[in-house]
Amino acid sequence: MSEPAQGNAPSNDLGQAAVAVRDVWMTYSSPEGADIRVLEQVNIDVQQGEFICIVGPSGCGKTTLLNIIGGFQAATRGEVLVSCKQVHGPDPRRIFIFQEGSVFPWLTVRENVGFGLSNQARTERERTVQHYIEMVGLSGFEAAYPRELSGGMRQRVEIARALAADPEVIYMDEPFGALDFFTRLKMRTDLLRIWKQHRKTVLFVTHEIDEAIQLADRVVVLSRRPATVQLVVAVDLPRPRDPDSAEYLQMRLRILDAIGVSLRTGLVSEDAAG
Amino acid sequence: MTAAGVPNPRTTRQGDQAINPLGGRPVKVPYASWFLRSSVLLPLLVASAFLLTWDGIVRLSGSELFPKPLDVWWGLGELVKKGLLLKYVVASLFRVTWGFTLAVLVGVPFGLLLGWSRYAQEAFNPLIQAFRPISPIAWIPLAILWFGISDAAPIFLIFLASVFPILVSSAAAVKSVPTVYLRVAQNFGLTRSQLVWRVILPATLPQILTGLRITLGVAWLVVVAAEMIAVNSGLGYLIIDARNAGKRYDLVVAGMVVIGLIGWLLDLLMRLAERFQALKWAYGIRHE
Ligand SMILES: Nc1ncnc2c1ncn2[C@@H]1O[C@H](COP(=O)(O)OP(=O)(O)OP(=O)(O)O)[C@@H](O)[C@H]1O
Ligand SMILES: [Mg+2]
Repeated sequence: MSEPAQGNAPSNDLGQAAVAVRDVWMTYSSPEGADIRVLEQVNIDVQQGEFICIVGPSGCGKTTLLNIIGGFQAATRGEVLVSCKQVHGPDPRRIFIFQEGSVFPWLTVRENVGFGLSNQARTERERTVQHYIEMVGLSGFEAAYPRELSGGMRQRVEIARALAADPEVIYMDEPFGALDFFTRLKMRTDLLRIWKQHRKTVLFVTHEIDEAIQLADRVVVLSRRPATVQLVVAVDLPRPRDPDSAEYLQMRLRILDAIGVSLRTGLVSEDAAG
Repeated sequence: MTAAGVPNPRTTRQGDQAINPLGGRPVKVPYASWFLRSSVLLPLLVASAFLLTWDGIVRLSGSELFPKPLDVWWGLGELVKKGLLLKYVVASLFRVTWGFTLAVLVGVPFGLLLGWSRYAQEAFNPLIQAFRPISPIAWIPLAILWFGISDAAPIFLIFLASVFPILVSSAAAVKSVPTVYLRVAQNFGLTRSQLVWRVILPATLPQILTGLRITLGVAWLVVVAAEMIAVNSGLGYLIIDARNAGKRYDLVVAGMVVIGLIGWLLDLLMRLAERFQALKWAYGIRHE
């Protein structure tokens, strides 16, 4: 049912993976010389059209990892491959949705969604933009400015802007983190509906285990800082997933345990040292 | 609850909020309250008190030269009748417009460059910081040497006074553009010029406009000083000429009043421009 990725995904077959993270290490050096080790030996394989969630405790290095995968930051060691080519920087074929929100306040919804389409002909662009505005449920707000929208609506604009660019991969860094509980639930459902239509490859970072199990084909569990891949859980349950089902609860426990176990072993090794 | 006697408590509460946004006590007589709280009465009172005090002090001192408020009023009338007021106002505004516009054309692009490129910043910063503290007044002798007694001298001085604040505020505006916006631009593969026109300029516009408003105030300060020395027209010239030609202090003060009012007006206009830009973002005035 839920297997570690090593047994489940063809991680040694480079040709299959849409996104491959190969032995990535990251250390931030501070001026005082106290280095912060954030990532250690991270390996992840993502298949074409797969929905991957990366969970981990706050501050463990999720944003750092996704930035490296997206090409916004260089790793200290290791490499990221997209379609077997090494990533050297961001690319319109891989659109990033940022944790802090990045719709442009000086553009209307329509202009924001069409931001990546400036090389398309006008009529074609308008059709694309309208299509994605409808898809994220923002019809009637085409001429609105972000300041007039709620937080959830702004996130929809971000998603529509990313989809309109027709990327192969979408990276999402806690896109619903700033939203209230009910809006978050609705956004998850909508995101899944949209994803089923397009089957884009998605890497979705969150610190909420339930969000990850609800959304993902596979959940990658990171440990505390310095983060390593603690566990990969394949979620073979049909969507929408029943949070009261035995499998769901068991999966939830395993993930919690994976984060908890790392804590316990940490304490144990400290005890042993002392 | 309220003395207005509205029976429905819900409408009463809403009504109170509408009349009294600051949330004080319920309002008894709406009209008087509006007048009391409005931005009309209090400023009017303060200004009247100022004029009365001024008048009283001049009367008490028995000064022959220093004008009373009413003398200034008649002085203004005299200037209007002679056609000098309009001529001098136009002359001063003409110089400010040119000097300020040139400063914007040079200062905004160059400031954006300084804010964007660390190399440009490092290369130019020492020179800029050394030039910036030199008062435009100190440049007057050089301005006369280079441009003589002509419009070019005050325009040059206004340019000097305006260009540094514009440079500095534009550079600061670029530095405060949130990194996410730049990353989105990078992600969507924008070219360098697209980045400037589609992200940097709109993102920095609010801050640049504020910088321009403050700088226009400085420019207006400087035109008066420049006109006192380098030309034979304008409001600054009016002031110095009224004193030198016949100790006409009523005309001196009349000139000062006009300078103050026009400076105020310029500031209001710039605020309007700022407000318009903010409105556009918030309420969708189309620009397609
Ligand atoms: N530019 C940087 N320079 C130095 N240290 C950094 C930098 N960015 C992040 N860090 C450190 O790296 C660690 C991981 O940060 P990161 O933002 O990747 O965590 P995160 O898992 O995304 O956290 P959150 O769940 O709060 O978003 C943190 O301890 C942070 O202090
Ligand atoms: Mg983060």
